[in-house]
Amino acid sequence: MENPKTMIKVDELQTSFYTSKGEIKAVDGVSFDVPTGKTLGIVGESGSGKSITSLSIMRLLEDPGKIKGGKITFSGEDLLAKSESAMRSIRGNRISMIFQEPMTSLNPVFTIGDQIAESYMIHEGLSKKQALKKALGMLELVGIPSPKDRLKAYPHQLSGGMRQRAMIAIALACRPELLIADEPTTALDVTIQAQILRLINNLQDELGMSMMLITHDLGVVAETCDYVAVMYAGKIVEYADVNTLFHSPKHPYTVGLLKSLPRHDIDQEELEVIKGMVPRPDDLPDGCRFAPRCPFATKLCEEKLPTLDTMADKNQVRCWIYTDQWDGPEVNVKNDYGTAQSK
Amino acid sequence: MFVYTIRRLLQTIPVILGVTLVVFLMMHLIPGDPAQIMAGERADEAQVEQMRDRLGLNDPFYAQYTRFVVDAAQGDLGNSVRSGRAVSSEIGARFWVTVELAFYSTLLSIFIGLIAGIVSATKRNSFLDVFIMIFALFGLSMPNFWLGLMLIQYFALPFDWLPVSGWGTPEQLLLPVITLGTAGAAIIARMTRSSMLEVIHQDYIRTARAKGVKERYVIYKHALRNALIPVVTVVGLQFGVLLGGAVLTETVFAINGLGRFVVEAIAMRDFPIVQGSVLVLAMLFVFVNFLVDISYRVLNKRIELD
Ligand SMILES: Nc1ncnc2c1ncn2[C@@H]1O[C@H](COP(=O)(O)OP(=O)(O)OP(=O)(O)O)[C@@H](O)[C@H]1O
Ligand code: SF4
Ligand SMILES: [Mg+2]
Repeated sequence: MENPKTMIKVDELQTSFYTSKGEIKAVDGVSFDVPTGKTLGIVGESGSGKSITSLSIMRLLEDPGKIKGGKITFSGEDLLAKSESAMRSIRGNRISMIFQEPMTSLNPVFTIGDQIAESYMIHEGLSKKQALKKALGMLELVGIPSPKDRLKAYPHQLSGGMRQRAMIAIALACRPELLIADEPTTALDVTIQAQILRLINNLQDELGMSMMLITHDLGVVAETCDYVAVMYAGKIVEYADVNTLFHSPKHPYTVGLLKSLPRHDIDQEELEVIKGMVPRPDDLPDGCRFAPRCPFATKLCEEKLPTLDTMADKNQVRCWIYTDQWDGPEVNVKNDYGTAQSK
Repeated sequence: MFVYTIRRLLQTIPVILGVTLVVFLMMHLIPGDPAQIMAGERADEAQVEQMRDRLGLNDPFYAQYTRFVVDAAQGDLGNSVRSGRAVSSEIGARFWVTVELAFYSTLLSIFIGLIAGIVSATKRNSFLDVFIMIFALFGLSMPNFWLGLMLIQYFALPFDWLPVSGWGTPEQLLLPVITLGTAGAAIIARMTRSSMLEVIHQDYIRTARAKGVKERYVIYKHALRNALIPVVTVVGLQFGVLLGGAVLTETVFAINGLGRFVVEAIAMRDFPIVQGSVLVLAMLFVFVNFLVDISYRVLNKRIELD
């Protein structure tokens, strides 16, 4: 039996793209769970596999992507064992998704009202008229001004922020148990970003949803999430609750990400950034995937991939430094990162 | 929408005037003297001059053109040089035959083209897709008169229920419509396929799937409606090609339509008939393009003009 308090549990998920150049391991053994009503943040640079993880949960991968292995348990049910039609009745109903691109995620030839109403017609079997009435309620809920007119508007008639609100209305129409928000604010202006995040947060409380929030932005994580998974090149490298992660980050990559955040409490000469580039997924290093960019990397790191181990403070970290096998000098990653990197 | 329709209708006026000018110029610039032909081979210079006067060919150019437009607007396109009957009545009956042929052919090419294109796109790279695309390539590259001749050779002649000529009964319709509609079907199939493939990877299609929409509706509701937008334009352009093809098809199947009539009139140097027919065909083309623009606008809500 699954713990009933767990909304979704992902176990050793492996998703690959089978291209002519060979297998691309976009998600390579990812595990996490989201307790009911809580928010898990997934952070990582572009290409680390965040979107593919969420599309795997929705089972919406496009060719040539395939879930190769692992288990996804949603509210005690095995999602990977479900038929396509069973999955359809979950999508948009019990698990919903908001996408990064509000400008292109709405169908240009249907009205906003029709696009929200469709969810009710599919999942609650309502007539068009009843569905439109409920759609109007959703537009009010997401704070779109003069919702009656907007119901009949086409997407091109709305601004980016309004479109993202409409997108949220579509996603939340059927009161999902789990919301996956894939960089919901990245494409928006900074002021609009804050509004949309606040809206999502408020609605989460109001509807009691669990949430996965995918983002590049650790600042957003600090404000909204309960737990954080840091992903790098298809793997989780650190997994912790928000406080622990921000106060005692362990993985060199996490520390690098935190150091590159603009801060107000100390004087910063300039932002430190992690040197180098994310490895190409078709050409991953043999050992630790972060080794080519890690200031602490040793021979062991280059040869063997570390495992994700649980630490005393329940942090999970994938790094040799915290193991008995560590062959380098003793380090405190958080304090020594800057000096190590400048060498 | 209403405002747009009116506006679009008004826009056709300069186009139609342009067409009349081109048609008029064409008739006056091509070699051959209408007066000479109408007066007959053996007429002397004085008789030809008299005929020229009667036809108004000695008037200044603008006066001739104005008269042509004013008369045409009242349905008077002059008289046939050969039969002496009014051009408008000569054209009338034949015009509807051609419209019918063009209409059924367009219908066939849209119907076949859309289905083939959608199947090809959804079953991309399958055997069926390859088969349809090879077929479309043939349909495109085959000259339409040759296709007509082949159909007569291998279908009409061996099976005597399919007539080789004439117009009116459903059996008589079949082969000419296939002949004329095939190229259009091929173009529409290719266009629909590429348009569908592009649309199917759009973010809003993923949104539809994430909503739990059935794949059938994802294709026929969310994707097709968007994919049709460029296809509609092709249908409009295709109609012009089709009218050209009608001339050949009518000739091959001995159909008494406007196309064949024009060809005969050209051979006979029957200028008023040629002039009138070309004008009518051009207006038909303008009208179809008007309809295409309206439907384009209905499909594509993004064009905001009013
Ligand atoms: N259609 C595809 N074919 C081949 N590889 C793909 C495809 N889609 C994604 N990938 C691979 O999967 C990897 C992870 O992609 P994903 O979209 O999950 O990244 P992400 O973490 O969401 O990045 P971003 O922050 O840019 O959204 C990419 O590096 C890419 O190489
Ligand atoms: S395992 Fe080695 S290379 Fe990888 S993050 Fe830890 S120290 Fe750096
Ligand atoms: Mg992404």
